[in-house]
Amino acid sequence: MSGTVIVVTSGKGGVGKTTAAANIGAALAMMGPSVALIDADIGLRNLDLVLGLENRIVYDLVNVVEGVADVRKALIRHKHIKNLSLLPAAQSRDKTAVTPEQMKAVTDDLKSSFDFVILDCPAGIEQGFKNAIAGAERAIIVTTPEMSAVRDADRIIGMLEPHEIYDPWLIINRIRPDMVKRRDMLDVDDVLEQLKVDLLGVIPDDEAIIVATNKGIPVVMDEKSKAGRAFRDVAARIMGEDVPMAAAAEEEDWFTRIIRWFARARG
Amino acid sequence: MDFLQRLFGRLEGGSSRDAAKNRLRLVLVQDRATLSPGLMEQLKTDLIEVITRYLDVDESNMRVEFDNSDASVAIVASIPVKEVKRSPEVSVR
Repeated sequence: MSGTVIVVTSGKGGVGKTTAAANIGAALAMMGPSVALIDADIGLRNLDLVLGLENRIVYDLVNVVEGVADVRKALIRHKHIKNLSLLPAAQSRDKTAVTPEQMKAVTDDLKSSFDFVILDCPAGIEQGFKNAIAGAERAIIVTTPEMSAVRDADRIIGMLEPHEIYDPWLIINRIRPDMVKRRDMLDVDDVLEQLKVDLLGVIPDDEAIIVATNKGIPVVMDEKSKAGRAFRDVAARIMGEDVPMAAAAEEEDWFTRIIRWFARARG
Repeated sequence: MDFLQRLFGRLEGGSSRDAAKNRLRLVLVQDRATLSPGLMEQLKTDLIEVITRYLDVDESNMRVEFDNSDASVAIVASIPVKEVKRSPEVSVR
């Protein structure tokens, strides 16, 4: 078997990389393929928290690289999503504990037994980024509809090609339909016009993400969440399905609509 | 709506905020369970100072480590004992 190695990156911090990596990985695994998630953010590990696996860490990425533990021994299997495994980052080390060559050796090894190897890249463009992209064949760029995030995404896109990662996919995270409607937020087309890359998904801003992270349950397991659905659509597109870029980001439930109507009537 | 959700949240066993608080407390304890090499040496020296009042120990083979397996953190010290002193030189408060 030779799986696909995908890096989830953004340049800017705080745009939802870790949440995206966790949920894309979980959604793919729920559809059947086997998925290994790697937390490449050494020193600032968080992917374990989003997945609710923080109490099950014995070995980490640095242990694997240093030969203390075999990679298969270090992988933690998710209890509820059986095709999903996590290789956690080390928390007490820093990015210099791993080299791009060592990282590539780990991803090359894992892709022989997993359909997808997904790397959660640290913010920035320094060593951590270089490590995370070393073994990647594809990239998912996460941005938000904010100038600073789009600018950093543009910079990252330019840095991928020299490393032979072509045709990155874009995810626009935390879209707020009400603000787009008021013309107070860049919309999907505005962002695409600047970045000129393929759109993989649009994730609406959703409180369910915070609740899910609080509980350590990936939001894709929440049937009712709009963000969860949007991430499931992303996974389906990665699998080659033709899922329309739904109205997920635009539609509002009747309750929100009534509230807004009242708010407008009063204002 | 919010009220109902909160009610159901309670029934399911605590709010997600409580879950987050607990999980956060645990990971922070684990994250902080490391000392700089300098402080670790100081801790060893202090430990030896106290223990040698009671016991004769083999300082060169002493090991002090943090162990954070299972959701909890422990400090584990392994100090080989050479001899137990007959009358400890301890000043009892």
